[in-house]
Amino acid sequence: MNLILFTFIVLLGFTSYYFGRKKAYTIQSTKKRLTALPQFYGYYLAIWCAIPAFIIFSLWAIFEPTIVKLLVLSDYSNQGYLDDELNLIYEKTKALSRGQFTGEITPFIEASAEKYLSLRSIAQSSKVVIVLSAIIASVAYAYKRISSNSRTREPVEKFLNAVLFTASLAAILTTVGIVFSLIFQTIDFFKVIPLFDFVFGTHWYPAKAFVRDSSEALDPSMYSDTFGAVPIFAGTFFIAFIAMCVAIPIGLMSGIYLAEYASSKVRQYAKPLIEILAGIPTVVYGFFAALTVGPFLKELGTSMGLEVSAESALAAGGVMGIMIIPFISSLSDDVITSVPQSLRDGSYAMGATKSETIKRVIFPAALPGIVGSILLGVSRAIGETMIVVMASGLAANLTLNPLESTSTITAQIVVILIGDQAFGDPKTQAAFALGMSLFLVTLCLNIVALRVVKKYREKYE
Amino acid sequence: MNKNKEQLLNKRYKAEQRFRLYGQSAIFMALLFLTIFIFKIFSTGYSAFQKTWLIVPVTFDAELMMLEQNPSKEDIQDADYYDIALKSMADLDLNANEDQENELKRMVSYFFEKEIKNELLNDPSLIGKTKEVYLTASDDLDQVFKGNYPRDLPEDQRRVSDYQLKIFDQLVANSKVESKFNISFFTNADSREAELAGIASSFMGSIFSILVCLMIAFPVAVLAAIYLEEFAPKNRFTDFIEVNINNLAAVPSIVFGLLGLGVLLAIFQLPRSTPLVGGITLSLMTLPTIIIAARASLKAVPPSIREAALAMGASRMQTTMHHTVPLSMPGTLSGTIIGLAQALGETAPLILIGMVAFVNTIPGSPMDPAASLPVQIYIWAESAERGFVEKVSACIMVLLGFLITMNLFAQIIRHKFEKKWS
Repeated sequence: MNLILFTFIVLLGFTSYYFGRKKAYTIQSTKKRLTALPQFYGYYLAIWCAIPAFIIFSLWAIFEPTIVKLLVLSDYSNQGYLDDELNLIYEKTKALSRGQFTGEITPFIEASAEKYLSLRSIAQSSKVVIVLSAIIASVAYAYKRISSNSRTREPVEKFLNAVLFTASLAAILTTVGIVFSLIFQTIDFFKVIPLFDFVFGTHWYPAKAFVRDSSEALDPSMYSDTFGAVPIFAGTFFIAFIAMCVAIPIGLMSGIYLAEYASSKVRQYAKPLIEILAGIPTVVYGFFAALTVGPFLKELGTSMGLEVSAESALAAGGVMGIMIIPFISSLSDDVITSVPQSLRDGSYAMGATKSETIKRVIFPAALPGIVGSILLGVSRAIGETMIVVMASGLAANLTLNPLESTSTITAQIVVILIGDQAFGDPKTQAAFALGMSLFLVTLCLNIVALRVVKKYREKYE
Repeated sequence: MNKNKEQLLNKRYKAEQRFRLYGQSAIFMALLFLTIFIFKIFSTGYSAFQKTWLIVPVTFDAELMMLEQNPSKEDIQDADYYDIALKSMADLDLNANEDQENELKRMVSYFFEKEIKNELLNDPSLIGKTKEVYLTASDDLDQVFKGNYPRDLPEDQRRVSDYQLKIFDQLVANSKVESKFNISFFTNADSREAELAGIASSFMGSIFSILVCLMIAFPVAVLAAIYLEEFAPKNRFTDFIEVNINNLAAVPSIVFGLLGLGVLLAIFQLPRSTPLVGGITLSLMTLPTIIIAARASLKAVPPSIREAALAMGASRMQTTMHHTVPLSMPGTLSGTIIGLAQALGETAPLILIGMVAFVNTIPGSPMDPAASLPVQIYIWAESAERGFVEKVSACIMVLLGFLITMNLFAQIIRHKFEKKWS
């Protein structure tokens, strides 16, 4: 229904464009001068068609559900129901009207469902009438108004500018959305679990919070020693550390080699090939780590008399390191190439060899940029999900042995939220609290890294 | 003294060579990982494109099928095929006892009834006759035939019994086992049975998510880039937008999944597990990538173009819309394709919004529950059955094929259509 209406309005928009332009042409044919190109008259009318439609559609979307709910529930208003019960009745009503209700159908709910359906259809048809009449009125008004010397280009361009500006707000809205979706659940979580226990507790067993019935929902003693995040934070940084141990030497050295030594031919082929590593989806790395690297390390360990878990932190971290190599190598390559040639020439003139120049002159000069690229790599490693979910353990062990399994923030979020989840449950909220800490940590890393890289760029431009 | 100098020089030259060698080995290591990686995926995955069939003689006995004389098409449709299917499998070994008959039945997929039925529907004159029919082998025998299953394990650790292997070897010896191209891998939806599982449902899920993502992210990102690059005044607010965009580009993808879960599902009540929600979530993720690419290519349009248009009396909006934006389109488009390729490979946010549900139908619209290719990889990789390992690798090959095509396409657009100003 909405789709048909929408298509119809779009068609109306095109017709009003056509009529606007036609009117401009008729004015032109009477030898009067126009103040704007004819199509602006068309755009002008089309905008007058779009604005009321947009306003009414959004008003409807915001208010219709609330008003319908109010009207349906007005039947129950003086029967002493609680708010939660009213909500439940309303949900049942909606489910029944969609024919998806499974349960006992009481005559009350059936009557409400009928009322709901009739209200919906009234709302729907009145929306059609109101939208169409508003469009016709506004287009007719605008059509009357346009004449040879009316200004049409300025309003049209102002409108376009407003549209462009709104689009640029999308990034802010997304950030607000992220914070918004995380913060409420997080606050609820910390109402039940003290912040201190979360940050300094050393036992993480969210499954323990699973076995309970609703009557004891808010008994904090149940959750003590359940949501201590230290093992998870430690595991996250530990795996990231292993990843960086692989990625920094290989990434940095290949970046240096590509920038300073490689012939243009090698560079032309090697650079995109290394960057393929960054384009491979992380789930593929996860599969590789779980199926190939994990068992391989286990076998290798057994042959050397070591006990290696099949889901060792080393396998997950190592594969993650491979994934991060291209981020570090291409960023440090860029940074090194932008070091001015004069620095190199000066060093060569003093008789330094190439590697001495790199180590003593270029590397210190490029250091801020390289640090920035490493920080971005760390942020990537901390936020990486699929490799850890598939290749590392899911039980949160507090360990510094790379051959044992540990768990990370991201893996725990997935473990908790996979499948159905009940909002308002401390376990679900714990996932959001973890998400919040992940967001904050990566935010800090990103901002610092971007600042450093930017400062560096400005220095040599 | 002179000798000392020479020694020092030699030492320095050696250090130079060593350093160079470190660089070379770093590149070599990176490329080695890539090669091992691709080799591993291809060597485990290529066999999934073949499927093993058992050729079994089936007697279309009208009595066993409960069919009367001269049955109509509907009768054939409704007839009972279980008995003849069972009988034809049991006939592979005439001395089989009841347990062994059961094992014989499990040598083919549970789909075998349907396959026999289709055979008869194609040719109703077969009633009362015997014909050799191709039946899908069970995934374990499929793996045995492809040589991926260790036959020397003790019997109680195998999912294939010695008896089944004996009959199977007889069939192989009589060349009644055939390997053909696995069409059902591309046309079937997901299934719990490895031999029947296909990627059609997750493929469509991916396509729908990417389309939704494109329809939302592309217009918004291009408009935002135009505003920021061409119209925005330089002030605190636009700086703030810029910081936001750069930061969003580096936010971990799972956080976007939490956003989808907490806002799209919990507040807007959009349907769970659907490509619609997946697409919206992915679009928020790709938005910064496209904005950054579009801004870079707008910046690359030389100011002389704008100045010429302005000098001819065009307004700023006309200059932008008629000249700058069209000239920047190739760069923007290739950036968009690269962003979409990233979104196509994304798994974590889709798992959080419930696109991991087991879906055994092919979705027909973005509002139907679906998985996506990377999520399918995850689901299959988590299953224990051996038959799924090669499916995962094959699915990865399809996904990588897609990503490579998209990236090549982006390169072509960039090289063919982008104007070089200099």
